[in-house]
Parts: sequence; C-alpha cells; structure tokens
Amino acid sequence: MKDYFFQDTIGKPMDRVDGRLKVTGAAKYSAEYELPNMAHAVLVGSTIAKGSIKSLDTKRAENAPGVLAVLHYQNAPKVPGYAQAAHPTEPKPVGQPLQLFIDNQINFNDHPIAVVVADTLERAMYAAKLVKAQYNEEKHATDFNKNTAKAFLPTAAKRNPKHPLGDYVRGKEDAYKTEPLKIESEYVIPTEFHNPMELQSIIAHWEAADKLTVYDKTQAVMGTQNAFAKDWKIPVENVKVIATFVGGAFGNGLHTWPHETAAIMAAKKVNRPVKLMLTREQMFTMVGYRPHAWQKVGMSATKDGKITAITHEAIGQTSSYEEFTESTLQQTRMMYTSPNVTTRYRILPLDVSTPIWMRGPGEATGAFALESALDEMAFVLGMDPLEFRLINHTDKDPEKNLPWSTKYLKEAMQMGAERIGWSKRQLKPGMVKNGEWLVGYGMGVGTFGANRGRAKVKATLHKDGTLVMQSATTDIGPGTGTAMVQIAAQNLGLPPEKIVFELGSSLYPPSPSQGGSATVATVGSAVHAACQALKQRLTSMVAGNADTSFKGATVENLTFKDGYVSMTASPSARLSFADILKQQNLPELEVTEESTPDASLRQKYSMYSYSVHFAEVQVHPLTGQIKVTNMVSCADAGTIINAKTAGNQMIGGAVGGIGMALTEGAVMDHRFGRYVTKDLAEYHVPVHADAPNISSLFVNKPDLINNPNGTKGIGEIAIIGVAPAIANAVFNATGKRIRELPITPDKLI
Amino acid sequence: MSSDKFPEKNLPEEENGPQHSDARRTFLKQSSLLTALALAPSAAIKAAELKFEEKVAAVFEQVKVTLGINGKKHKLSIEPRATLLDLLREQMHLTGTKKGCDYGQCGACTVHVDGQRVLSCLTLAAMVDGKEVTTIEGLANGDKLHPMQEAFIKHDGFQCGYCTPGQIMSAVACVREGHADSDEEIREYMSGNICRCGAYPNIVNAIKEVKNGGQRV
Repeated sequence: MKDYFFQDTIGKPMDRVDGRLKVTGAAKYSAEYELPNMAHAVLVGSTIAKGSIKSLDTKRAENAPGVLAVLHYQNAPKVPGYAQAAHPTEPKPVGQPLQLFIDNQINFNDHPIAVVVADTLERAMYAAKLVKAQYNEEKHATDFNKNTAKAFLPTAAKRNPKHPLGDYVRGKEDAYKTEPLKIESEYVIPTEFHNPMELQSIIAHWEAADKLTVYDKTQAVMGTQNAFAKDWKIPVENVKVIATFVGGAFGNGLHTWPHETAAIMAAKKVNRPVKLMLTREQMFTMVGYRPHAWQKVGMSATKDGKITAITHEAIGQTSSYEEFTESTLQQTRMMYTSPNVTTRYRILPLDVSTPIWMRGPGEATGAFALESALDEMAFVLGMDPLEFRLINHTDKDPEKNLPWSTKYLKEAMQMGAERIGWSKRQLKPGMVKNGEWLVGYGMGVGTFGANRGRAKVKATLHKDGTLVMQSATTDIGPGTGTAMVQIAAQNLGLPPEKIVFELGSSLYPPSPSQGGSATVATVGSAVHAACQALKQRLTSMVAGNADTSFKGATVENLTFKDGYVSMTASPSARLSFADILKQQNLPELEVTEESTPDASLRQKYSMYSYSVHFAEVQVHPLTGQIKVTNMVSCADAGTIINAKTAGNQMIGGAVGGIGMALTEGAVMDHRFGRYVTKDLAEYHVPVHADAPNISSLFVNKPDLINNPNGTKGIGEIAIIGVAPAIANAVFNATGKRIRELPITPDKLI
Repeated sequence: MSSDKFPEKNLPEEENGPQHSDARRTFLKQSSLLTALALAPSAAIKAAELKFEEKVAAVFEQVKVTLGINGKKHKLSIEPRATLLDLLREQMHLTGTKKGCDYGQCGACTVHVDGQRVLSCLTLAAMVDGKEVTTIEGLANGDKLHPMQEAFIKHDGFQCGYCTPGQIMSAVACVREGHADSDEEIREYMSGNICRCGAYPNIVNAIKEVKNGGQRV
C-alpha cells in the first residue's frame, strides 16, 4: 500500500484491503458468528439412491442428551412457498430445486431425510448417528454410460428452437463427414466437485415470526434473500442475508440448497438461532458439482490448415428432479472461422443430486473437447497447433455476425508462446527428453462471455475526507473489495487508504450474484458512476463558492487528485474534499448510483474475454507419472484493475485446471449409487506438490465498449482451456491421446 | 516458539470457557429415581432406561483439562469426544482455526501444540491437557504481524482466505523445522495444506521470503 501513485491506482499490485483480516483469523465466515443461545444442527442423508422411506426411527436420537428436535418429512414445519401439487396423485412438477422434507421420496443417495438439532455440536453429531431409516428401495439409474439413450433436449430449447441450448447449424449440417481430411473423437469428463475449503454453512435466526436473518455461504446475497422470502412467504426486506466473507465457492454458492432450508426450519422449530455446517462428505452430494459429460467432435480441414467443418455434440448429466444446463458448446460456435458448424446439446437425468455451475461452467467442459480436437486435427495436418489456431482466428463473431467489442487473443498467444518457449516444441511426439522423462508442450484456448449486469452502489463521502461505498455483491476470493477501492481511487482522485468498500449484506444496494466473471464489469461500473456523481456534486459546490477562484468550474476543467479539487488551468485554486463539505456544513455527501449496460451496444458488438494456456509436462515412460513443470496462462481480459489479485486468479484457475486434467474425478459405486470418492483423501484436488511456478500474463488493453473501466472477466477464462493444454502436452510428450479425464498414470502405461 | 514465549508457570489464569459442571452432584441427587424405576411396569422401565442410560452418560461425559491457548491458561470442562478444533471454534470462539474436512485431509485446522504443527480436527481436546496451543489469533505480537503473515499479504498467498490460517501455521512450522530450503522442499512439506483457490505459487514465494529474510519465526 506504499509504492503506487494515487492518480494511477488502476492496475497497481495493491495488497488486498482485507488481507490483514484474513491472515490474522479475524475474517468471519458464515459459521463463525456468535449468537446467544445458538443450537447446532446436523443433517442426516439417505443410504439408498431411489425409493421411499418406509419407516424412520428417531426415538433414540430424540432421547439423546441435549437434543432439541429431530425434524423430518412427518413433523418438519411446512414451507409455505413450496409449490403444492394440485392433487396428491399428480406427479410433482418437473424442474425445480429439491424441496426439503415434503414427502418420503428419495431422489439420490444421501438425500436429506432428517435434521437433528442439539445444544452442542458433539451432541448433535452423536444423535444424528442414531437416526435409522428403513426404505422401500427402487431400482436406481446412476450409470451415465448405461443410460445415454435417455438424454433429451432441454425443455427451454424445446420451447424455443432459437434458444442458445438448441441445436445449431451454420452452413451444412455435419459437413465434416464427407471431407477427406478429418478427425472424429469422443471425450469424457467425469463429475467434478467444487470442494471450496469452507464447508457450506449457515446460521439461521428468526428474529421475529416473520423476520429471518441468515449468515450464509452464498455468492448471491440478493438471490438468497429472494429465495427465502418466497419460501417463507415473508416480505423480502424481512430477510437479511450476511455473507461478508465466503471461503471459496467456485459456483456452488449460486443456488440455494436443502441444508439452508433445514437450518431455517430447525431455527423456527426450536426458536433459537441454529448453525448448520455440512460435512465434507455432504459437500459431494448436497451442493452441486460439475456434471459428467460425454462429447463428440468431428472436424475437417484443408491441407493448408483451414477448418472446413466442426460438429460438436455433448450430453451433460442432471438430476431426475431438476433440469441443469450449461453452455458447453458456445466456444465451438464462435472461436474458429469454420463455415460449417453443427452443435447438439442434450441432458441426461439420473438418480443423483442436481449439478451446479463450476468454475468455467460448460465452457471448460466444452473447451476440453474442442481444444483437444484442434490439436488432433493439427497433428493430422502435420501443422503446429499454434499456427493452426492463428490460421483459423476469427476477426469477427461468426455466430452472431458482429464485430468483437475487443479481441486481443493473438497478442495473448504471442506472449504465452514466447514465455513458455514454444519453439522448443517438436511436431513429432516423444522427441524432447529430460533424462529419462519425456517432455511435451501443449496449448489450449478459453473464452467466456464478457458479461455485465445491473448494480447499485451507495457512496458516502465523509467530512474527514474518507469514502465508504456499499453494494450487496460478494467476494468469494478474487478480491472484489480491493478492486472496487482501486476503481474509486482512480475515478474520484482519493488515496485508496481513505476508501472502504463494504459488501456481502442484503442491507446494501442491490448487486447480482458473484458469478459468470461479471462482478468487476457490473459493480465496477456502478462505482464509476457513483464517483462521477460525487465529482459532479463537489463541482457544483466549489463553483458556487463565494470565493470566486472556482468560478466556471466544471467536472472537465477540474483536477481531482489526492482528495483535493483544483482548477486544472490554475492549480493554486485547491480545496480538499473534506474542506468542501465543511464549507457546506455537510457531515457527509451521499450518492446512490445504478449502472446498467447499454443494451444497444450488445446488439452491435459481440463481447468475450479470452485466455490461452501453455503447459510443459514431463511424463515418466515407465511409471506414467505426469508432472506439470511449467505453465503460462495469458488473458485478454480488458483493463487489469489489480495486477496482483488478477494474476493470482489466473494462477488459481491454472491450478484448478491441473486438477481437472490430472487428478479430479468422481468414482461412483453404481450398486448403491453412492460416491466412493467422498472426501479429500479419495477425491484429489491439487496440492502444493502438484503446482509448478505459473506465469500469468495480461494483454491489459481496455474494452471501453463493455464498460467505462474497460474490464472483461477473469475468473472463468482462468480455467477454461487449461485441461486441454495439459492433455495436448501429454500427447506431445508421449504420443498418447487421452480423451477421458483425469489423465492418471494408468492411462499412459 | 510459543511454548518458550509463554512458559506455563507464567500463564495468567482465566476461566472464560465452559465452566466445571455440577452435573455429577445433580446425578447423585437424582439417583433415588433408580429405585422408583425398579418398581415400574417393564415397558415403562424399558423406555425410561433408554433415556436414563443417556443421562448417566451425559453426567460422566465431562472431563477437566487445563490448557494454554495463545499464552493464556484455561481451566475447562469438556466432553472427551470434543476435538481441539471444535473446542477452539465452538467453545472458545477462536474461529481463526478453520474446519475444512474434519478428517485431517486438508490442513485448514492446523495449530501449534507445544510449538509443533498439529491437525486440531484429529486431536481430541482432552489430549492437549497441560499443553500450550497457539492458533492464528496468537501468532502476531499485538498489532505487529508475524513475518509470515506480512509475507502472505505481500505475495497474495490466498484468495478466499479460508485455508490461510492453516497455511500460515504450517508455513511457520515448515521454516522452523528446516524444511524450507528449496521450492520443491516447501511444496512437499506444505502439501498437507490444501488451497482450493490455487494460490500455491504465491504461498511458496511468501515462505521463501520469510526463510531467506532470516527473521526469527
């Protein structure tokens, strides 16, 4: 916080504004608030995957010491907002989130069947083990491969064929099939779990019969507020959602989940605040996952490397009770110049819980297939895959037939290729060695819509010259508060030390969820607008001063710097923000500004962020051990607000991509429909030893069509394209093309 | 090491945790109930026994321990099945120590016990009787951050911050143990601490800086 210039704050590698709270343990996450008389709840899940509860024995649990209540479908408080079927014999409406404790039906293994509430955590945990259920078991379908015939077009696309999830044909359908130079391959990614380090937790507190406060792990403060207001049929303003710190989420905080309702029900029943923290095992079954997906890519090209056709098909897993979809095939439609493109997306309902978007949702899955196929096609052509991509680079969006708002992917590719030493790569696999290790290089491209939504920020300039801003966004780790402080510092001309940005509370002006890489573009634009409004107000004040030194002042002819306003032409006329307020006898100056993207610009331009990842791997030919020895991740993400936190986000995405490529994958025992990989010893997320030094490079050119700060998103593109970069590097090292993730040593020997 | 810094004999005493319970006495008072039950019909006895058995257990389930936490001595009455992690978080309200898995697989709950890094989720609180526990809240010297905390901020060795206390407690121990001599060694000896945000390279840089800075950790 010492060595940057006030007037040039954007881009500087400022330390995080909340860093001290995080390194001292003072940052409070959702389960860490102290409320008087708080009780503890533990959720009990089913041990079958499909059927119904025949009998539930809760007596021993109820009689255990300290137990306050055991809630289940027979005695739980009714949630008034749950949609009721018109007639009990009619089937439940399709496509809605799981409704807790409404009947005895079991939809997946570990389906919540009861919640035990006790005065201490130990007692609740013990009593939860005493709950016993007997079931009428039905035959379940959990094996993706055995059920692919049941896959269907999502309802949204059935209703509207033009829906982005609908089938897409540009040029001739499946044109690759009749071309001479072609590839056709199938790709599989297993179910992957977000597994943020913080377990999903909630403290629910009914402050009055119609007034609910939750300290909740969520990426969507307003979304959560609305969902619970609707569930419990109480006014939205009576639901307070606090999510000041969120210990990672990667998408699983974008939905409300049954455990949240369980805690709210329990709090209502025992009339005390109730804390519920999922176990790590429950994190695999109750809060979503990246769905298992099968994909097939057919591609053809001319001898000189022009892609002539791509067909990309995908089937993604969903649950039996909710249609989950993601944009798996979007990148295929717009990334390369191919005149013929066909995409088909289907979903496959199984007796499992519902997936939820996981970092780089859909696109990361799709990019694994597309960018692997690109590498396969380049190999067939005997062409460098970087050159192949450059030949097929699109200068405008071939899907929407619109110019890009900005696209600097070629610059990113050049930066990355130089940094990784792409020239060392040999076309023929297995040619580069380091001792007995085979060395390979691979690349993968990622893209994600440069989304922007609507947000409101309240900014209060105090008479001591400090600025406090508030908005109901969240920070799941990227450093939202820090970025907003830097945007305000730059736009208002105030040292960042004098600025505070408060988030994570539904009491603040509305902001959308932190998802889809849209936070900085969305909330940053509202911060920008609030700063402009403050400048306008300050300008009017100085222009109207009895002292005429600011006569004729406009925002344009004033300089705002270091917390002072001065006439640009005669800087001796200078007043601090604090003095301006004092002159006006104002304790504070408050503005609330909303910023909305210009819809007409979205009709004229296509807006995307881009990334390109380069991986160097070493593979041991005897053991099949794979080491990622170097990674370079480059992004065209518009203006970089904070080089340090943005770089960290890119690094984190690369580490996540290493997990996707090499270590992560659900294994289910289909006899029971239950995951074998149910904790962090079985499900392998990358650890320190798996992560090499990773370079992150930014083109750092603003996209002012997108928003006034020129930003595009980073969070998703940081992981999209990483897995294929590693898979392609493994091929370059070994000549073995692994099309099913994760690439474990057994697949190489 | 914290145990050197705060030798036990100098520990100020504090009884701000759960108080010694009077449950045993209550049990003795109520024990005449046993006789009454013996005369009741068998079905009632069976039901009552079920509950009574639990009550008996509840009475004896508290154990007394004395432990130092961040330089303060605490006399506590705890359940023998309570983990050190849950004692810290739920009873002492020291929530800087994080629960990430409860199985010793993620490292988020790392604390120091007599100066050694320990997974508090795999440690029963009763096992640290008479020992000195240092948590992330006790690492700084008042307002002055520990060099490892400073280095984590400088190198941005975190994103969401949830694994950070565990990473820092492990990192301090890693340097003290002499396992921070190379990037590879740091990665190996820090691999018990998972960071799902993936800030690993920055964490390694922070540890290297502290190690090379030569400050006392």
